[in-house]
Amino acid sequence: METLVDIKWVMACYSDDIPENGGACIKHGDEQIAIYNFSRRGEWFATQNLCPHKQQMVLSRGMIGSTGEACEPKVACPFHKKTFSLLTGECLSGEEFQIKTYPVKVQDGRVYIGVAA
Amino acid sequence: MSKPTIIVVGNGMVGYKFCEKLVARSANYNIIVFGEEPRRAYDRVHLSEYFAGKSAEDLSLSSVSWYADNHITLHLDDPIQEINRSSKTVHSLKGLSLKYDYLILATGSSAFVPDIPGIEKEGIFVYRTIEDLDLIKAYAANAKNGAVMGGGLLGLEAAKALIDLGISETHVIEFAPRLMPRQIDSAGSAMLQSKLKQLGLNIHLNKSTAYIAGEHKIDALKFNDDTSLTIDMLVISAGIRPRDELAKLAGLHTGSRGGILVNEKMQTSDESIFAIGECALYENMIYGLVAPGYEMADVVVSQLIGTEKSFHGFDMSTKLKLIGVDVASFGDAFVTEPDCRTIIFEDTHKGVYKRINISNDGKYLLGGILIGEAEAYNMLLQTVNNKIVLPPNPEDLILGSRGESVSEGAGVLSLPDDALICSCEAVTKATICDAVNDGCSTVDSIKKCTKAGTGCGGCVPLVKDLIAGTMKANGQYIKNVICEHFDYSRQELYDLIKINKLKSYDLTLDHFGKGDGCEVCKPAVASILSSLWNDVIVKQDTIQDSNDRFLANIQKGGTYSVVPRVPGGEITADKLIVLGQVAKKYGLYTKITGGQRIDLFGAHLNDLPLIWEELIDAGFESGHAYGKALRTVKSCVGSTWCRFGLHDSVSFAIEIEERYKGIRAPHKIKGGVSGCIRECAEAQSKDFGVIATEKGWNLYVCGNGGSKPQHAQLLASDIDKDMLVKYLDRFLMFYIKTADPLTRTATWLNKMEGGLSYLKNVVINDSLGIGTSLEEEMQSLINSYHCEWKEVINSPELRKRFAHFINAPEEKDPTVQFEPMREQLKAKW
Ligand code: SRM
Ligand SMILES: Cc1cc2nc3c(=O)[nH]c(=O)nc-3n(C[C@H](O)[C@H](O)[C@H](O)COP(=O)(O)OP(=O)(O)OC[C@H]3O[C@@H](n4cnc5c(N)ncnc54)[C@H](O)[C@@H]3O)c2cc1C
Ligand code: SF4
Ligand code: FES
Repeated sequence: METLVDIKWVMACYSDDIPENGGACIKHGDEQIAIYNFSRRGEWFATQNLCPHKQQMVLSRGMIGSTGEACEPKVACPFHKKTFSLLTGECLSGEEFQIKTYPVKVQDGRVYIGVAA
Repeated sequence: MSKPTIIVVGNGMVGYKFCEKLVARSANYNIIVFGEEPRRAYDRVHLSEYFAGKSAEDLSLSSVSWYADNHITLHLDDPIQEINRSSKTVHSLKGLSLKYDYLILATGSSAFVPDIPGIEKEGIFVYRTIEDLDLIKAYAANAKNGAVMGGGLLGLEAAKALIDLGISETHVIEFAPRLMPRQIDSAGSAMLQSKLKQLGLNIHLNKSTAYIAGEHKIDALKFNDDTSLTIDMLVISAGIRPRDELAKLAGLHTGSRGGILVNEKMQTSDESIFAIGECALYENMIYGLVAPGYEMADVVVSQLIGTEKSFHGFDMSTKLKLIGVDVASFGDAFVTEPDCRTIIFEDTHKGVYKRINISNDGKYLLGGILIGEAEAYNMLLQTVNNKIVLPPNPEDLILGSRGESVSEGAGVLSLPDDALICSCEAVTKATICDAVNDGCSTVDSIKKCTKAGTGCGGCVPLVKDLIAGTMKANGQYIKNVICEHFDYSRQELYDLIKINKLKSYDLTLDHFGKGDGCEVCKPAVASILSSLWNDVIVKQDTIQDSNDRFLANIQKGGTYSVVPRVPGGEITADKLIVLGQVAKKYGLYTKITGGQRIDLFGAHLNDLPLIWEELIDAGFESGHAYGKALRTVKSCVGSTWCRFGLHDSVSFAIEIEERYKGIRAPHKIKGGVSGCIRECAEAQSKDFGVIATEKGWNLYVCGNGGSKPQHAQLLASDIDKDMLVKYLDRFLMFYIKTADPLTRTATWLNKMEGGLSYLKNVVINDSLGIGTSLEEEMQSLINSYHCEWKEVINSPELRKRFAHFINAPEEKDPTVQFEPMREQLKAKW
């Protein structure tokens, strides 16, 4: 499903703030957003920081990786290792959870995330 | 045209499952649910886990937004009080009056409370809802003796809960001459009784209660045989009563002993009203289990979407959980000769009783009972339900084949396609095998595409066997590989990394793997890298497992714990004072651990480097409580003080702990040193244990506590310290090199061909000729020891990573909240 919403880009942090092939969390107002620097693929992703399984603010501390033939990028929650697609936010470990994802772009060493305007 | 309205009365397990099944298959109804309890439907089957620390939210069957997401209107805390069948309306306590097209009664049952004089006294409880448990918990805090009335399935579970709540004397009172009278026979009951005694339960059979004594609150139970029992609290678990009061009031037909009469379509005497779950009476039977209730829900949903399905009774086989003793009964457990042939196996020493009933022609299994050991339950149940023809020696079913071992996978594959593997979700063998053929090769993916194993979880072992069996049958070679990214076993990868001198995960993945890695291979490779090169692990922090990533154990709420090393458990007063001061300064909860040291809990990520800076200043080092690494070497006081001590066990424990500290392994390693055979250090429950003898020391290996305790076995006796350390070097290094990821030494040994005698040969007789190299490899690990926390606090770059918000490094996670508990703080969660 494709929905068009106006987004605005906000600067989140510097690209070297986020460890390679890992994540860190930023504060955007009252929201906590996990940003992942998937340097192995040269890609960036962002999701909510809250793991929906047991409501823990920890996804940014999870391990990232990929799964399946299509190498779908994913993050594994550090608590009970439920995994979530970094592309769609869908839970990949057989449960009905869904997490929010955000668009990310990197320019001049700065990381921007797209939030609803 | 507006959609027809379905009103569901009761938001319990079955009511919820009905909604789940209906919304999954149709969007054509407007669904409204009324629940009497104040919270969303929760997992009553695992209710007792509430006492073990699960919250009401953990037990909840759905997420907060589930009902809204599925357009279901949910009214909680608002029971339906009246049904008006002619106007097809219901009226709720809070005054809502709504019209229905179909009404689903899923009102469940309540605990049956017998009419005994004094039953209204304070201190008497039932065991059915979260509120009941809250009341019990509060009351138990001031109670010493407690009893459960009823020795059935639920009664025993409640009794175990009382023990866990700290009631020092717990009794079970049963009216019948045996425990679990509906499930097991007298011989089984006797065995169960002796097992329960060991758990601390006092069982009284053949007791009928005359009255309950006490002023306002219960003081004692008085029995008809003139005996009595002094108690402070009583939990009643004497059976269930279907909640049919609403149905009765509306003039629906009910059974003489309760229950709403339904036909095979789950229709009541009013065709637009259905009853499902524990309130429904089908062919004179109330089904007090969740799986038949789910099946009933499915029957109703099928009709609503226009497919045919009817209910034809349900298997009532059960396996008791939680109590610490395996108990299972399946099929027809009670048939006796001459209607069948019975095989009984009894081992009073181990407390095992098994009985199977076989048809007279020897072909079929009719049912049976398992006490003390119930691993065969799933397979036996399948054998009954699918009328599988028995092998020539059916006793093998309970004794195990005593010749060559038979593979369990073959057993599962021989089941017919329509064998019901997961009864909670009604998933058959064929569905699971098809999913495997379509590419689902893990339990997780099977759960996802078939829902099998997502209910009570009891079928997961069978699902695993089915996956393995099907893949093998397809000619798919099941190699012991780490994960989808590495086609190697841990041992192979260890050798490859060593020979190629690879120092990082990325290089390893480039050379020997594919894809981008995952949460399985990253920590496995990280562990191999440190076992080989012993570099500072946080230099590659993003491949480390949850705890290793921040060198601390992650806890509920996302705080961390701090466990400094206290070698051998010996600590000076000055160091104790520092621990106290640091704990106070950073608001940490302190607790003495089971490993003879002190854990400081509840540290914010940001505070970790500050805390460790102070601890390191005071001479502490990292305790690696977070790592798959050496944890503790527990000591007893030994010859220094103890009148029985043969040698100085504390000094030796410290020496060994200092020697192996910081060494990483496939799983955690723990040791113990006792000063004599009284064994106060519990050395035989550790990965390695040392016990002083008259002539020297005995070395034991491969024990553990945890969920599957196993005693360590004697590797060498009466050896001196130097010899012992040499054997220990070889033993540990051999383990580090050859074990699978996350395998403790005990499991490693259990899987080792040749077992202990092989291990002895390698370690003592050097049968592989690798003794010296094992010692050298160990020595190089010992030489490269570093305190991981010291490395971090001395490196500004590493320190920077200990921040919750990377764009606001000073700020702590505002969602972490604390609340007071016994003069300390605990995380609010
Ligand atoms: C703190 C402590 C409990 C206590 O308050 O006493 C503890 C706490 C934890 N234990 Fe333990 N265990 C503690 C002693 C034990 C013991 C007793 C002992 O060591 O004598 C055992 C049984 C002995 C054994 O290991 O064989 C024990 C068996 C386990 C197991 C099961 C291991 C097994 O092989 O079955 C786990 C799970 C695991 O490691 O996979 C575990 C895992 C855990 C973890 C690390 C869970 C985790 O990964 O977060 C807990 C961390 C809590 C935290 O946030 O700090 N803990 N744990 C004890 C710390 C000892 C120490 O000083 O380091
Ligand atoms: C401690 C315990 C352990 C158990 N262990 C097992 C086990 O191991 N295996 C197993 O299969 N089963 C077990 N059970 C039984 C299992 O929990 C039940 O079979 C299952 O919960 C039945 O579901 P239900 O929806 O029919 O009833 P319930 O889950 O009782 O739900 C009925 C709901 O309807 C509500 N209600 C009643 N009247 C009204 C009204 N007029 N208006 C609105 N709401 C109303 C009730 O408050 C309740 O919330 C256990 C039960 C308990 C208590
Ligand atoms: S892991 Fe250990 S400390 Fe944690 S709850 Fe279990 S037994 Fe207790
Ligand atoms: S809290 Fe994230 S997996 Fe459990």
